Amino acid sequence: MHPTSRAFRANATAALSNKTLQQAMANLGFRQKRLEAVARLPEFDALRDQARDIKNHTLQHLDFYLEAYEAKVRDSGGQVHWCRTPEEARQTILGICRSLNARSVTKGKTMIAEEIALNPFLEENGIAPIETDLGEYIIQLRNEPPSHIIAPAIHVTKEQVADSFLEKHAIYGKTRRLTEPREMLEEARGILREKFLRADVGITGANFLIAETGSSIIVTNEGNGDLTQLLPRAHIVLATPEKLVPTLEDVSTILRLLARSATGQEFSVYTTVSTGPRRTEDPDGPEQYHVVILDNGRSAMLGTEFQDMLRCIRCSACMNHCPVYGAIGGHAYGWVYPGPMGAVLTPSLIGVDQAGALPNASTFCGKCESVCPMKIPLPKMMRHWREREYERRLSSTVSRYGIALWAFLARRPALYHLATGWAARVLGRLGQRHGNFENLPLAGGWTRFRDLPAPEGKTFHQAWAERPLRTQDR
Amino acid sequence: MSDARTDILAGIRRSLKRDAVDAETRRALEARLSGHRANLVPKRGQVTGREKIEAFAQMAEFSLATITRVASADQVPQALADYLKSQNLPAEIRMAPDPQLDAIPWSDTPLLKIARGKPNPSDEVGVTGVFAGIAETGTLMLLSGPQSPSTLNFLPETHVAIVRADQVLGSYEDGWAALRQSNRGMPRTVNFITGPSRSGDIEQTLQLGAHGPRRLHIVLIDN
Repeated sequence: MHPTSRAFRANATAALSNKTLQQAMANLGFRQKRLEAVARLPEFDALRDQARDIKNHTLQHLDFYLEAYEAKVRDSGGQVHWCRTPEEARQTILGICRSLNARSVTKGKTMIAEEIALNPFLEENGIAPIETDLGEYIIQLRNEPPSHIIAPAIHVTKEQVADSFLEKHAIYGKTRRLTEPREMLEEARGILREKFLRADVGITGANFLIAETGSSIIVTNEGNGDLTQLLPRAHIVLATPEKLVPTLEDVSTILRLLARSATGQEFSVYTTVSTGPRRTEDPDGPEQYHVVILDNGRSAMLGTEFQDMLRCIRCSACMNHCPVYGAIGGHAYGWVYPGPMGAVLTPSLIGVDQAGALPNASTFCGKCESVCPMKIPLPKMMRHWREREYERRLSSTVSRYGIALWAFLARRPALYHLATGWAARVLGRLGQRHGNFENLPLAGGWTRFRDLPAPEGKTFHQAWAERPLRTQDR
Repeated sequence: MSDARTDILAGIRRSLKRDAVDAETRRALEARLSGHRANLVPKRGQVTGREKIEAFAQMAEFSLATITRVASADQVPQALADYLKSQNLPAEIRMAPDPQLDAIPWSDTPLLKIARGKPNPSDEVGVTGVFAGIAETGTLMLLSGPQSPSTLNFLPETHVAIVRADQVLGSYEDGWAALRQSNRGMPRTVNFITGPSRSGDIEQTLQLGAHGPRRLHIVLIDN
């Protein structure tokens, strides 16, 4: 996927004035459901600590666990394909498809496939990729990327879905414009069922890889990931190294956090553990099982201040609770991963020169970190990216001068007090009549959308020094 | 050995600023892998006896599964026939070739038309046993194998699972322990199923029956 993260500012401005998008984003229902689910499990916070420790331990010994995992996959009759770059992963998948003369490929939801732009590549090579997650299917029809990592079509209204179905389902003889989500689901279910039954290869992502057994795990609510992997001749799993956890017990701990943090469910409807191809005596299941492990810059994150990001289990709690994501939606971020986790991960994967705007798109309210089931310090890492951006002189000239000026004053307290005292007095006098400013030079970014409250004539320091002392302070 | 493999492993070690793990660490990690030590199991996964069965039934309903409880295996065919009738479903079922289900006297309810084996796309009702029920979240645990084709859990619009009370365990960890104890090795597919298929992808409105079954009905034998 070609990143447009550099245009973040323009993307975000457009998103704010896009009425349809604002309508679609108006009720993000995940927050309340997460809150209720967490309240039902008293051990939730203790599980977060354990989950963090499990992933930290795994990352610290990632080479060992990858080798142990690979040996188990081989023992169970599957194959592991190691890929450094998106191009290697695309070629590997194409090679497997070609070896089976595959014409059509069903896909369960995988963000890594978005990362390597798999669909256009398969199409160029004469293979039809069919997204089967309902949300992914909708955006495939609309020819656009997902805007959320677990609810990819969250930016789309039902009227827009109806339009897309009317346009694209005519070839199946469906010519009535639908009005209810129920009918839309039925129509998509019918069409996709045929595709499932005819597909040659099924591609899914992996929520987890298990070193102990050589298994991959996917978690879905629709069951599309299961039909994707059970019906075709081959199941290809597209994963990255940090999906590993040591044992089935370890993954059980993390699974207790995943659905609760994501949709507020007790457990996702389908948690599926896949190990190798079908056994000789099995009546169904894929004849081949391939795991494509794509690094794409992740191993380089180990040992840096961004290592903690590799604990992420892609639950989406951070974006669901982010005021910036809630206001602009996912497309404005300009690449695969939006919201706070995207603001940290995107610069790591495509470069801070491309994605430097994203870690700046935060109010640092800290909500993302407080809801993260893996306790990833997202705001801290965004700050690290801002530092790197500044060091590499990638930030705007105005902000660099602004920060330099502030730093100059902050290092000279006497001058600082003089300057702020003067500003508070002058602004206090100017704003006396209305109590606020409708416009102010250099503060247009603020006053264009709201009034700036006028200072009352003193700085915080002055007011603090003059405060009446309470008894216990004397 | 491919170059990519060598490169990725070397890259990881370079980032972690060390060589491959030493012999002592390796032994410790191998012991961790084979030790199957459980982490924190929530209290609600540690329930026993009647409390466990009740928790399972309650959590299964919370996940929008429906449940009929019967006192013995003899009553299963009638309970199943009644359920199908109540949902206006045909009395034709595709049943897993699971010997566990042979203990049920199906021929006593001659109106049920039963086919065994993996499903055809046209089968409307699938009936399976389970490997275990998990009380913690009302989850069913099913293993693939000659007696339990996994497609039967997904293709028919209605999935009826027959669960004996003695199959109900507390936690996922109990499920793994039972699987290891059964000595059958890791099957191709382990399905944890919690309620019927659903999607919220159109304007976050919950719709059941996205690609998998629209209904999940549990017949629980309180033996």
